[in-house]
Amino acid sequence: MLYSEKVMDHFAHPRNVGELPDANAVGTVGNPKCGDIMQMMLKIENDVIVDVKFKTFGCGAAIATSSMATELVKGATIQEALALTNKAVMEALDGLPAVKVHCSVLAEQAIRAAISDYYRRQGIDPVPIVGELEDHDEEVPED
Amino acid sequence: MEKRRIYADNAATTKLGDAAFEAMLPWLREDYGNPSSVYEAARVSRRAIEAARADMAAALGAKPNEIYFTSGGTEGDNWAIKGVAASAKGKKHIIISAIEHHAVSESAHALERYGFEVTELGVDKYGLVSPDDLRSAIRDDTCLVSIMLANNEIGTIEPIKELAAVAHERGVLFHTDAVQAVGHIPIDVKELGVDMLSLSAHKFHGPKGCGAFYLRTGLRIVNLIDGGGHERGRRSGTENVASICGMTAALKQQTEGMEERNKRLSALRDRLYSQILELPYSQPTGHPTDRLPSCVSVVINGIEGEGMILGLDELGIQASSGSACTSGSLDPSHVLLAIGLKHEIAHGSLRITFGEDATEEDIDYIANSVKQVVGRLRAMSPVWDSINNKPLKFKA
Repeated sequence: MLYSEKVMDHFAHPRNVGELPDANAVGTVGNPKCGDIMQMMLKIENDVIVDVKFKTFGCGAAIATSSMATELVKGATIQEALALTNKAVMEALDGLPAVKVHCSVLAEQAIRAAISDYYRRQGIDPVPIVGELEDHDEEVPED
Repeated sequence: MEKRRIYADNAATTKLGDAAFEAMLPWLREDYGNPSSVYEAARVSRRAIEAARADMAAALGAKPNEIYFTSGGTEGDNWAIKGVAASAKGKKHIIISAIEHHAVSESAHALERYGFEVTELGVDKYGLVSPDDLRSAIRDDTCLVSIMLANNEIGTIEPIKELAAVAHERGVLFHTDAVQAVGHIPIDVKELGVDMLSLSAHKFHGPKGCGAFYLRTGLRIVNLIDGGGHERGRRSGTENVASICGMTAALKQQTEGMEERNKRLSALRDRLYSQILELPYSQPTGHPTDRLPSCVSVVINGIEGEGMILGLDELGIQASSGSACTSGSLDPSHVLLAIGLKHEIAHGSLRITFGEDATEEDIDYIANSVKQVVGRLRAMSPVWDSINNKPLKFKA
């Protein structure tokens, strides 16, 4: 399996990794059974994503797509962030192996999940704005 | 720590050994005649093949006429299973273990479309197959039992002698995939009591694309590869002279001083285990003592195997993992699931199979690198609590 240099760079030197204590939008997607979990933490002010951090459990592609997604949404408006597609994340990374495309989908979904959380915290139903999220966590294992 | 380059994926393949390389050269550009031809330039290669056959037989405790040269372990496994099945006269049941290499399990399951039934014996938490389980699984229509000698992922060595004896109690043939074992631990086919054994040269410093198949005297199974009648009519195809000579030279070199070497390798293995297992929430996989001498396999909570492999690669170490992400599917390896690990634990698998030339300094470098990479990945893992150094319960 061949990763692009950009994927390897973002795996080795992930951008915006860590915690964001004053985040007002947190989304977590994936599940440990499948081997990928992404958590996006956003700080949104006046509809603009002023800061972002992520944490990811997963393969090299999962870490790289999370990192790239944070770069693409940092400083963006909510509308711009909602327009981010997995394809755009992949292109920004100079492509992904076919078996890793799902990682980019997860990155897109993590951003959307965080924005949904932002609306929910304000008592706004996110579904008309963000849409339904793909269900990645129907199999949360009991411990 | 100063960066080193350490190849630690010898269960995947090995470097061609010096003796093997030298033994191969004459047959590539000097005495390249077809061993089936009658002139002297060809007869030398025929003699070389027969000498190699005698060497291979000696290394396995077999007779030369029980050895057939093949293209590798996968061919031997296919031949044993499909050859026995095609010779089985109505017996349509095959028993394998749940931790076989795909060359065995896929060969067996491929026969289901011809009406065969396959039983996969489960294993205990160490990966051991129980002779009692085998005894209960054998039916009147069982034609073959195929159980590996040593597992490629977790390094466990199976009780083949006992298992073969159980099969023979009921008159059932026994094949073992010994790909990971030959050249690494002593093998004697008569002592083991197996009817067939498959091996692969590149796992013990021989060339890729070459192997051998042991077929006990008196046993006839249907050919897998028909053609010009090479290998006494059992396996056609012009002999891969250079590779055959390279394979037996490599095996001879591996067999010399094996006992001494294995004592040293086992000590290095245990040193590596003890250092890696200092990581909280890590555990060994495979049998603690009945295991290959240079195989360390573990699972580490809170991280995913492929990230670990890439991280180790950056530090100059090549290793492998049975995580889903390295297999290209959503499931971790069937071996890790068969020993009872949960999916989320199995994703953190790491296998280190260091070489015969490894030093204590190499081992310490590997251990420190694993700790460094695990630390980095755990720090960015949403299922790891870095402050209290323990796994977090996952909430979606």
